[in-house]
Amino acid sequence: MDILNALVAVLNYVVIPASSYGAQLALGALGVTLIYGILRFSNFAHGDTMAFGTAFTILFTWAFQAMGLSLGPLPTALIALPFGIAVTAGLVLLTDRMVYSYYRRVRAAPVILVMVSVGVMFVMNGLTRFIIGVDEIQFADGARFVISAREFRAATGLAEPLSLRSSQVITLVAAALVVWALFWFLNRTRTGKSMRAFSDNEDLALLSGINPNRVVAVTWVIAAALATTAGVLYGLDKSFKAFNYFQLLLPIFASAIVGGLGNPLGAIAGGFIIAFSEVGVTYAWKKVLGYLAPAGLEPEGLMQLLSTEYKFAVSFAILIIVLLFKPTGLFKGKAV
Amino acid sequence: MSIRQPDAASGGRFRTPLLFAAMAALIGLEALTGGWNTALGILNMGLISAILALGVNIQWGYAGLFNVGIVGFVALGGLAPVLVSMPPTPGAFAGGGPGLLLAIGIATATVLAAIWANTRLAGTARLLAIPLILILGFFLYRAVFDPAVAVIEAINPSAQGNLGGLGLPVLLAWPVGALFAAGAAWVIGKTALGLRSDYLAIATLGIGEIIVAALKNEEWLARGVLNVNGIPRPWPVPYEIDLQGDPAFVERMASLGTDPVTGSTVLVKLLYTGLFVVVLLALIWASQMALKSPWGRMMRAIRDNETAAAAMGKNVTRRHLQIFILGSAVCGLAGAMMITLDGQMTPGSYNPLRYTFLIWVMVIVGGSGNNWGSVLGGLLIWYLWVKAEAWGPALMTLVTANMEAGALKSHLLDSAAHMRLLTMGVILLLVLRFSPRGLLPEK
Repeated sequence: MDILNALVAVLNYVVIPASSYGAQLALGALGVTLIYGILRFSNFAHGDTMAFGTAFTILFTWAFQAMGLSLGPLPTALIALPFGIAVTAGLVLLTDRMVYSYYRRVRAAPVILVMVSVGVMFVMNGLTRFIIGVDEIQFADGARFVISAREFRAATGLAEPLSLRSSQVITLVAAALVVWALFWFLNRTRTGKSMRAFSDNEDLALLSGINPNRVVAVTWVIAAALATTAGVLYGLDKSFKAFNYFQLLLPIFASAIVGGLGNPLGAIAGGFIIAFSEVGVTYAWKKVLGYLAPAGLEPEGLMQLLSTEYKFAVSFAILIIVLLFKPTGLFKGKAV
Repeated sequence: MSIRQPDAASGGRFRTPLLFAAMAALIGLEALTGGWNTALGILNMGLISAILALGVNIQWGYAGLFNVGIVGFVALGGLAPVLVSMPPTPGAFAGGGPGLLLAIGIATATVLAAIWANTRLAGTARLLAIPLILILGFFLYRAVFDPAVAVIEAINPSAQGNLGGLGLPVLLAWPVGALFAAGAAWVIGKTALGLRSDYLAIATLGIGEIIVAALKNEEWLARGVLNVNGIPRPWPVPYEIDLQGDPAFVERMASLGTDPVTGSTVLVKLLYTGLFVVVLLALIWASQMALKSPWGRMMRAIRDNETAAAAMGKNVTRRHLQIFILGSAVCGLAGAMMITLDGQMTPGSYNPLRYTFLIWVMVIVGGSGNNWGSVLGGLLIWYLWVKAEAWGPALMTLVTANMEAGALKSHLLDSAAHMRLLTMGVILLLVLRFSPRGLLPEK
C-alpha cells in the first residue's frame, strides 16, 4: 500500500490533464451553447472557427516573435490572442452577414441552419488549410514547466513524478478569467441581460424593444472570442493541427448537450464531465492499482478500459446515455 | 423540409435528359483527351457516388433527416467484402471464434439486462443496478474478448492476423454491407430520432467517427491500418493478367487495333460500369416506385408538416426511423461496392470531408428530393472533384505567373491543393442560398 504515490500518479496522469482539457472543452461548449441559445441551431462550424482563430493567432505569434516581442516565461501567443480574436470575430460577423442573416429572415427550419453551418465549416476548413497548411505546429514558447518531474522527485523523494506544465496552468487561469468575465457580462451588463432575455423568449424580448441584430452580433463576437481562446489554449497544451480541431467538435457538442444546450453553466460542467470521463476511461490504471493493492495482488493487465484511440467513443457514449435518459441535459437546457 | 422557392426550372420536361446528355458529353470529352481508362475510372467512382447521394437523398429529400456520419456507414459497408469474400484465416475461427461469440453474447446480455433493469426497477434500485450491470458486463466482456483477439492477431501477423472471411462470392457482400449499415442506423435512429433535429446530426457525426476509429484499430477484424488487399472480384469481372494471357482476347484486341494491356483494363472497367449501372437503375426504380406509392406520399406529408401528419395518426418517429435505416443501408451498399471496385480495404482513407460532406454537396447541387437529381449531382460533383485536383494547381500557377519567386509564391502554389475544399464549401453555400432546389428540382 502506497497511498501517497498512488495519489501523485492520479494527479499527474488524470486530474491535471483532464482539468486543462476540461477547461478547453468548457470554453468550446460555451460558444456552442451561446449560439444555440440565441440563434437556435447547433453550429457545426465551431471546431473550424477554433482552428481558424488559432491559425491567425499563430501567425501573429510568429510576427511578434520575429519582432522580438516576448512575455518572458509566458507564451507569446497570449499577446497574439486578442489579434487572433479580432480577425476571427471579423470573419464570423462577415459570415453572419453574408450567410446566416438570410436564413433568419426567411425563418428557415433549424435543420437548414445546421446544414448551412456545415457549408460554413467546409469554407473555414479550406481557409485554415489555405492559410497555414495541414501540418502539426508547435507554437508554445516561454517556460515549459511550473513543476517539472525531476524537481518534484528531488524535492519529495517520492517514486512517482509530478509535472505541471505552464500551458496547463495558463489554461486553467485563462478559462477561469474568461468564464468569470462572461458571467459578469451576461448577468450584470445591459447587453448581457438583453441576450439572456432574447434566449429565454424571443418574442417578448423583441416586444420590449431589444434590437435583435445587436444581440446576434454580440453573440457572434463572444462565440468567436471563446472559440479562439479555447483553440489557442488547446494548441498551447497539445499542438495545432487543423483536423484535430474538427474532431474536437464531438466532445464539444457532447459537453454542451450533457450540460443542457443553451445553459452556460451546464456547458462548463459538461466540459469537465466529458474530459474526466475520457481521460479516466482511457488511462491505464495498472500503476495506481499496483500502489493500492496489497502485496502479491497487483493487477497483471494494463487495467485500461479503452485504448486512447477510442476516446471519442467515451464522449459519444455519454452523449447517448444523456439523450436516452435526460434529453434536456443535466442542467436543464432548452432543447428537447 | 427544404425551403420552397418559386424557382424557374428552365428547360421543362427536357431538362433532365439535357443535363444528363451534358454530363455524358463531359465524360466523353474526358475519354477523348485523357483516354477511356481515366474516363471510365471517373465514371465508376461517379456511379458509386451517385448511389451514395441516392441514399442520402432518401433521408434528406424524403424525410428531412440530416445525416453527418455518412462516412461511418460507407466504412461499415466496406467491411462486408472483407468478412464475406476473403478466404478464411486458417485456425483463426477455431482459436478465437468461440471467445468472440461468447463475448458478443455477454455484451448483448449486458445491454438486455440493463434495459430490463431500466423498465422493471425504480428509484435507488434502478440508479444502482444499471451502472452495476454495465460495469460487471463490461469487465466480463473484456475478460473473454481480449484473449480471443490475442489468439487471432497472433496468426501470421505479417499477412493475416485477422479473422478472415467466409470465402463466398463478393457480390453477396453487397447486401451484407447494406445490412451492417442498417444495423448501425437502427441503433442511432432509436436514440436520436424523436428528439430535436440537431441531435440526429450530432449523433451521426459521433457514430461516423467511432466506426472509422474502430475499423482502424480492431486489427482482428479487418487488419486495421495494415489494410486488406486482394479482395476477389465480382462474378463477371475478369483479371487483366488472365485476359492478357488469353490468346483469343489478344487476337480480338489486335483486330480492333488496340494493345491488349489497354484493352483489358478498359474491358474490366466497362464490366464494373455495367454492374454499377444495374444496381443504380434498380435502386432508382425502387425509390421512384416507393415515392409514388401511398407510403411515399405519407413520407412527403410528414416532411412538409410533421404536426399535421402526426394529427392524421401517422407515427412520425417510426417512419423517420424506417427511412433513416433505408437510406443508411443504401450508403452501406455503396461502401461495399466501392471496396469491391478498389480491391482493397484501407480504413485510413475514410475521411469525413471526402465521404460525408462531398456527398452532401452532391445531393444539394443535384436537387434534394429528386432521385435523378442525386444521380446527376453524384456524377457531376465527382467529376469536378477529380478534375479540380489538376485544375487548382494549374490555375494557381497562372495566377502566380507574374509574381516574384519567394515564400508567398511557393506558399500559394503549395496550398492550391486545399482550394478544392474551399470551392466545394462555397458551391454548397451558393446553391443552398440561391437555388435550394438544385439542378433538377423535385416536382
